[in-house]
Amino acid sequence: MSIEEIQNEIVEEFSMFDDWMQRYEYMIELGKSLPIIEERYKTDDNIIKGCQSKVWVHAELEEDKLVFTADSDAIITKGIIAILIRAFSNQRPIDIIEANTDFIDQIGLKEHLSPTRANGLVSMIKQLKLYAIAYQTQLN
Amino acid sequence: MIITKLDIETIRRDFPILKREVNGYPLVYLDNAATSQTPKQVIDVIVDYYSRYNANIHRGVHTLSQEATDAYENARIKVQKHINAAEPYEIIYTSGTTDSINLVANGFTSFLKKGDEILVSAMEHHSNIVPWQMLCERTGAILKVIPMDQEGDLIMEEYTKLLSKCTKLVICNHVSNALGTINPIEQIISLAHKVGAAVLIDGAQAAPHIKVDVQKLNVDFYTISAHKICGPTGVGILYGKEEWLTKLPPYQGGGEMIAEVTFEKTTYADLPHKFEAGTPNICGGIAFGAALDYMNSLGYEAIASYEKELLEYATKELRAINGLKIYGTSEHKTSVISFNIEGIHPYDIGTILDKLGIAVRTGHHCAQPVMDYFKVPGTVRASFSFYNTKKEVDILVEGVKKAKQMLS
Repeated sequence: MSIEEIQNEIVEEFSMFDDWMQRYEYMIELGKSLPIIEERYKTDDNIIKGCQSKVWVHAELEEDKLVFTADSDAIITKGIIAILIRAFSNQRPIDIIEANTDFIDQIGLKEHLSPTRANGLVSMIKQLKLYAIAYQTQLN
Repeated sequence: MIITKLDIETIRRDFPILKREVNGYPLVYLDNAATSQTPKQVIDVIVDYYSRYNANIHRGVHTLSQEATDAYENARIKVQKHINAAEPYEIIYTSGTTDSINLVANGFTSFLKKGDEILVSAMEHHSNIVPWQMLCERTGAILKVIPMDQEGDLIMEEYTKLLSKCTKLVICNHVSNALGTINPIEQIISLAHKVGAAVLIDGAQAAPHIKVDVQKLNVDFYTISAHKICGPTGVGILYGKEEWLTKLPPYQGGGEMIAEVTFEKTTYADLPHKFEAGTPNICGGIAFGAALDYMNSLGYEAIASYEKELLEYATKELRAINGLKIYGTSEHKTSVISFNIEGIHPYDIGTILDKLGIAVRTGHHCAQPVMDYFKVPGTVRASFSFYNTKKEVDILVEGVKKAKQMLS
């Protein structure tokens, strides 16, 4: 599936919920199923800055696709990363670079997109894209 | 002494913001240790200033400037009386406690030499650690830490042992922002003075709860931020004993702080203007005075007695939640509760509480050494003010239970 198709799928899933509580409960569930980063990658180098909670992200190229694993010590943050990773992992770097992130707004998590928000969702997206740029350069 | 009881419902009507809804719920504002809300009596003063007599002060000959100067200097006298300083010029307007501390730390550069010692308590806010570390870097002085125990009380025997002829400064908060501990500053000050050390007490967290008498305390420096005590942000004061303020060199150069300027030599203005370079936060200063009037109209005894009731109630109710641990269990506390729930990150709890309209603080509260001591990444901190109610405590407790259920 393309990034856009996955994003549409996520938007559809979230549209089933009536209120924020259900959305958050679902996000927390997603957080629990996050592809966990291997312990050896939980280094200071892999920590995303700008988060009140700690977030580690690791990227690896598998053939022409970029695979992300991540973890956080806060479960809501983990849920947010899980959503991002579902959309962006296992995709070609060029597609990750070009993808937009409007779906975050559509699933009712707009409040997490503010650059001043302590969870650093914006930093996370930036980090995923930076990895994509780095690996794209490698592929070129 | 007879303590008048506060009429909380009437008081709440003074605070327009408390009528707000957040995320569809009535706002429950429990982040008072970060910033307090502003009563209409103070908001009115701000509006009146900009509507009627906004002008630059001290130098103007025109009426508006004179009125603004009078109001600003009158507010200084209100602060002086509030903390019972001997003279109005011992009150230096600053942008807040951080600025006040930096003023003193910079001033001490020429007073310290290699090997001199500065003692700071283990429960300081970063703003009362970093300026002293920087002072140590400049002078070669050594920073030593007064340790605390598991309750969040300073260990006074250790403090006594740390004091020596080398001790030049003792730095401590009156009340800890992260734990709520009220420190025994009378004792801290008198012990420091015995070895000839000067004492700076950070009163940012104490000012909304405790009325101090700086002469009785015999403290050398005391700091207050207006925004923690129903005033506006961006203004505060440094109290300094006249003898110290006279000795300290100016902090920043500029207008207002000079007596005469030539390219060869500048002479400095007298106190307090020596430390007040540039156009100050005039409206903020005036509004600070109004905030003190407001606090005093309620009465500190009444405030303290009601907040104690809130603290005891909230402590009891929160403690009943399984897995909840409170950090800072001193017998002497202001109405601050720092806590965590086992296995749950404070950030997650704060996020869910926010969705329920409850404002608390999460994180390290700019006191990382305190968090490191308790081996936690951060805590959830609920801090209560005199305008909070037991009903709001109940909403918090229900919110924490809900968060726990969602996050476990």
